This record gives sequence, C-alpha cells and structure tokens, in this order.
Amino acid sequence: MPNMSPKKNEMPTQAPAVRRRNFDEVALGYTQEQAIDEAKRCLNCKNMPCVAGCPVRIHIPAFIAKVAEGDFAGAYAVISEASSLPAVCGRVCPQENQCEGKCVRGIKGESVGIGRLERFVADWHNAHGGDAAQQTIEKNGHRVAVVGSGPSGLACAGDLAKRGYAVTVFEALHTAGGVLVYGIPEFRLPKAIVQKEIDGLRAIGVEIATNTVIGRTITVEELLTSEGFEAVFIGSGAGLPRFMRIPGENLKGVYSANEFLTRVNLMKAYRPDSETPIQHAERVVVVGGGNVAMDAARSALRLGAKEVSIVYRRSMEELPARKEEVEHAEEEGISFRLLTNPTAILGDENGFVSGIRCVKMALGEPDASGRRRPEVVENSDFDTPCDCVIMAIGTSPNPLIKSTTAGLETQKWGGIIADEQTGSTSLAGVYAGGDAVTGAATVILAMGAGKNAAQAIDEYLQDK
Amino acid sequence: MYKILKKRTLNPTVTLMEIDAPAVAKKAQPGQFIILRVDDAGERIPLTIADYDADAGSVTIIFQIVGATTEKLNHLNEGDCLHDFVGPLGRATETEGKKKVAVVGGGVGCAIALPVAKKFHAQGAEVHAIIGFRNKDLVILEDEFRAVSDRLFLMSDDGSCGEKGLVTDALRRLIESGEEYDEVITIGPLIMMKFVCALTKNYGIKTVASMNPIMIDGTGMCGGCRLTVGGETKFACVDGPEFDGHLIDFDEAIARSSMYKPFERRRHEETCHLFTKEAH
Repeated sequence: MPNMSPKKNEMPTQAPAVRRRNFDEVALGYTQEQAIDEAKRCLNCKNMPCVAGCPVRIHIPAFIAKVAEGDFAGAYAVISEASSLPAVCGRVCPQENQCEGKCVRGIKGESVGIGRLERFVADWHNAHGGDAAQQTIEKNGHRVAVVGSGPSGLACAGDLAKRGYAVTVFEALHTAGGVLVYGIPEFRLPKAIVQKEIDGLRAIGVEIATNTVIGRTITVEELLTSEGFEAVFIGSGAGLPRFMRIPGENLKGVYSANEFLTRVNLMKAYRPDSETPIQHAERVVVVGGGNVAMDAARSALRLGAKEVSIVYRRSMEELPARKEEVEHAEEEGISFRLLTNPTAILGDENGFVSGIRCVKMALGEPDASGRRRPEVVENSDFDTPCDCVIMAIGTSPNPLIKSTTAGLETQKWGGIIADEQTGSTSLAGVYAGGDAVTGAATVILAMGAGKNAAQAIDEYLQDK
Repeated sequence: MYKILKKRTLNPTVTLMEIDAPAVAKKAQPGQFIILRVDDAGERIPLTIADYDADAGSVTIIFQIVGATTEKLNHLNEGDCLHDFVGPLGRATETEGKKKVAVVGGGVGCAIALPVAKKFHAQGAEVHAIIGFRNKDLVILEDEFRAVSDRLFLMSDDGSCGEKGLVTDALRRLIESGEEYDEVITIGPLIMMKFVCALTKNYGIKTVASMNPIMIDGTGMCGGCRLTVGGETKFACVDGPEFDGHLIDFDEAIARSSMYKPFERRRHEETCHLFTKEAH
C-alpha cells in the first residue's frame, strides 16, 4: 500500500541559529526509515512523468521502488545508469521545476521527495564503501579531451570512459570540480562529496590534468593535432562575472560573487588558518536574486557579518533562486530588499566601501522574458550604510576559448553555438555543452548536455 | 608537482628560480605571467615570467619577498617542488614594428622588463633601458640589461650606484635631448609607472605599463584584478597585464592594491616566526 500522506517527510536540518555561524552542511539527509517511508509515497505511475522532467532521464520510479524495499544498493545501481553525480544532484538540482514538478502526487499535496531520496541513496552508497574499486572497462583505443571539470565535463568524461574511451579532463584551476568546488558553498554541497564523485571517475580511468588552461597552455587545435585527441568536448562554463557599471564598483570591498565565493570555497578563506585573505565585513549587501546571490549572502553571514541583505530589482515572485534556498536564507536572518536597484556604491576617504545608493522600482509591463519589467520610481534614491557589496548579477561564458580557437562560432553574447541534441559545433570533432553554450544555468542541465555530447562523440568516432 | 631546477639570490629580498614546467615554457612569451601555489594549503599568487627556455622546459621567475607566500617560496631550495604552476597567462607584449623603444624598470619590476628588452633587442630595435633601485644593494640584472640595451641608465634613490635620481629624471633628459621613441614600456611599482606615464603623456609618446594586481584564478573568472582603463573596467588577467599607460586609472589601482595589507602583514609575520622557530 502506498503511503498516502499528502506531505513529504521533512528532511532534518541544522537549526538556523546554529548553522548561520558555521560552514557545515545545512540539510542532514533522511534516515533509512524516513527514506523508506517517503519512497512508499510513490505511486509508480506507468507513464512516469517524473522521468520526462529529468534532464538525464534517471528511471525514478524504479530506484524509488528499490528504496521502498530497503534495497539501497539496487537503488544506487538504477540511478548510476543515468547519472554520474547522484550525491551532487540530490543536493543542488532544482527538483521542484524538474522531476518533482511533474510528480502526480504534487497535484493534491506535495510531490514525492525525489531529490531527498536520490541524496539518501547516494550518501548510503558512499557510506557503505561505494565502489571506488577499479572497474575493468575494455578500452576502445580512442582518445577524447574534455575541457573543464565542472558538471558537464565530468558527465561527458564519465559516460565516455564507461564506453571504453581514454578521456583526459583539462582543468585551469588546481582542483577539479569547476563550479561545484569554487562556486557552491560547503554548507550546501560538502567538498568531500564532490571529491568522492571525482575519485569515482578516476577509478574508471578518467585522467584529470589540473593547472592546464585550454587556450593558453594548450589550444583546442593542438588537442586535435599534436596532442593526439580525436574529439574535444568544451565544458568551460560561464565564469566571467558581470558588473553593473555603476560608480564606485571598483572600491575596496566590492566583490564579484565569483571572487567572493572562490575565496571562501576553493581557497577556504573561511578557515582561520587560510593563507587566502577575505574581508570579514559587518554589513554586507548582495546584489542579485539567483542561487549564487543566496550562496554569497549566506557565506557572508557565516564569516561573521552582523547584517546581510539581498537587493533585488523585482519582487519575491520573480526571484530566480530556488524556493528552498530563499527559505533557508530567510530563516538564517538574511533580509530581502525587493524592488530595489543600486545606482552607486559609496566610498570613504581611503577607498573602502561605506554605503550603497539605491532607487525603488515598480513592476511595469511584461518584458521579453515574460516577467514584468522593473521601472525606476522617480526621486526614490536612498543610501544604506554597508562595508561590503557583492555583485551576483550573473556571469558570461569565458572568452578565452573563443578568442583562441579559429572557426569556432559563438553567439553575440559569447555562448558557443552548439547543436541542442548533440552539442556539435562549427568545428568537426569539437563538441560543447553546459553554461559555455547556454549561459549560466543549472548543474543538471549541464550534466545532461555532457551526456548527450558523449553519446554524439561516441557515434562520431565509431563512424569515423 | 613542479621542480625547482635552480635558485639564485639576486639581492637580500629578491630571488630567482628556474622551474621545471615544460608545457608553460613551450608557450611563454615576454609580458605573460604564471600563477603558483607553494603547497596544498597555499594561496594563488601571480608572478610575471622573467625568462623561459622551451628546449630545457624551464620557466624563470624572480620574486621579491613581500608576504607569507613569497617568504615560504624563498625557503624552498633546488630540488624542492611547487605544488601548482599554471600558465602562461595574459597577453604577450606586442613588440612588432617598433624600431626604437625605452624600457623603464623599477626594483623587482626590472626582472619582468628584461625579457621585454631582450625581445626588442632580438628583433633589431634600438633599446634604451632605464633601471632604478633604492640603493646599490638592491640592484639586480645590471649585466643582463647591458647585454640587450644600446644604452643603459642605472638610477638609485640615494646615489649609491649609477646616478642619483628617479627613472623619470633620466627619461625626461633623454626625451628632451631629442631621442624619439616609438614606445616606452614601464614595469615597476605603481607609483613609478604613474609618473612615467604622466611624463610621456606630456610628450605624446605611446606608453605601455605592465600591471600586477591582486588576482585569484588568472583566467577572467574572479574579476578581482579589474582596473579602469580609459573609463572602462578591464581584467588584467585576460585583457592585460599590459595596458595603455595614459589611460590607466593609477590612483584607483594603487588603492585597490592595498585591500588586504593588514592581513598580509600579519600572515607574513606569522610565517617569519614559524621559520625562526624551526631554525632553533
């Protein structure tokens, strides 16, 4: 008998008053009993709407059925057929817009907690030894290069390695993982989990070359010629931070969210013994309303800020961050100044930030994105004191590969032009996917693109 | 891991190291830089490439001991390894088509100015080098500069070597004596570059300054290295590190470079104490 409770099993979390001052993971995960109870809420629909909502098409009812039986190893086997990074996706996927958004149980009540179950299964697997053991996969003699070790690159590399390809992943930074290690904070995605997933890829033969900037150390053309690779997948992400071009943006105490989060996450600046400096500000204003803005705000709080606020030019309804992240941020005491837009950052005589000048906004007619366009309310300027401003208003694809790869066609805004299904680009043997193609999006969409490209690269090299 | 092939002390606070990094050496050009980490817990610091040998697979860096990381770096010896070494980053110096140039270096910046002078010299350009130091104990690379310069002017703040005065004094005299340069290239402390650029602006001589701001990744990701050039925000790591010196907002760059001064001072002292303890 299915469990007909209209509500999901709550996932235990650290209390807001405690977690707002530490970098430990916020959500603690289901117990076995909670997982089995939640799994029993699945109706095992024949037409599986949830699977259609999953960018990597995990056979969701099948893995949930295994959880309901208490066969967690079996559940993991089902997930890993489709996903290379289950412990990551169970944590950071926007399930409410994907699998859970399509769940039949969501029509009258709450959907099945698919993300929480995926996370449970992946964590159970990792806690029970995993299978980092060397798997013997017959090599097919072909070599593929993957540029970037973020979600799309890792997914592509994993799928190709499983098909027998010798894959080398090139990473510009000193640690693999891309946005999973430099962007998403420890309290939302512990780095040990990312490391475990990467170790799993190494165990199936994926080579990871860190400290290698494609476009500088080696060009894409060289990968395909002197370096001896037969195909290249570009998953270089959207790492170029945008600024608002308002006065005062280069004052000391203004960070891009990328810089702030990289210092905290990749360089561990939150630890007292870190050699990488970061400003421990008292009053922080984060500009933007996405998940990155939430991550930056919550990190600033954990570094000891007395007051952290989010400034966003539209209303709560248009705020693009995941609902759960917004709720967590609010519980931790972060304030939201909505319908507000900065016009200048104010500085003191030593060039440090001393405040921010904003205007009030009102929502007008819908714009091209379908959201109501925010318009400035005349004479509504006001100043707020602060000592740190973090710009989290989006990122663009890094121009380094575009500018060093002749013949690679890109959009005006910098995104690589790639076939939506296969990831093929204007250059033969060169594929691309993830944020480098779409602009900043989600981990799971990038993974889906990496998987599709792996399939296409496989077909391309088999036909060659 | 990247092995230290050679270590040479150039003066009490400046050290030269040759690093085994074949992939970087193969691509390196004058004007470009690398980022290194000394150990697994270390910060990432950018250093401009002082020399490179593609055949030997080595890259030379010259650094001044100014903080915790350079202090730790200086405690390593030949045979030891750096944890990370990535590059070459940034754009190379544009040397083509220039017949006569003045290369103006200050302090440890001379280490970076040398490969630029060398390349101009190799391309047949007439090179006038002006190198400045606080005093004679801090002079580096004088012979190396002499070898690639048609004229060399050594300046010191206190007159203990070369001529007493600033690099701008020598440059002004040369310009006023009728020397006509296609370009002036200046590399050194921000304040020195600011005054070199202010001087050449008066005479309408194209001037390029090499910037070395705070940065993390060196690939355009963090934006920490941003500076204002001609009213626009530029990233030193991907748009530079060299920019039109007449367009750089030096006062802003000087302010930004002091962002973490107290932290750096504290870390440096802690590191020094650590090494002192170890020695006992």
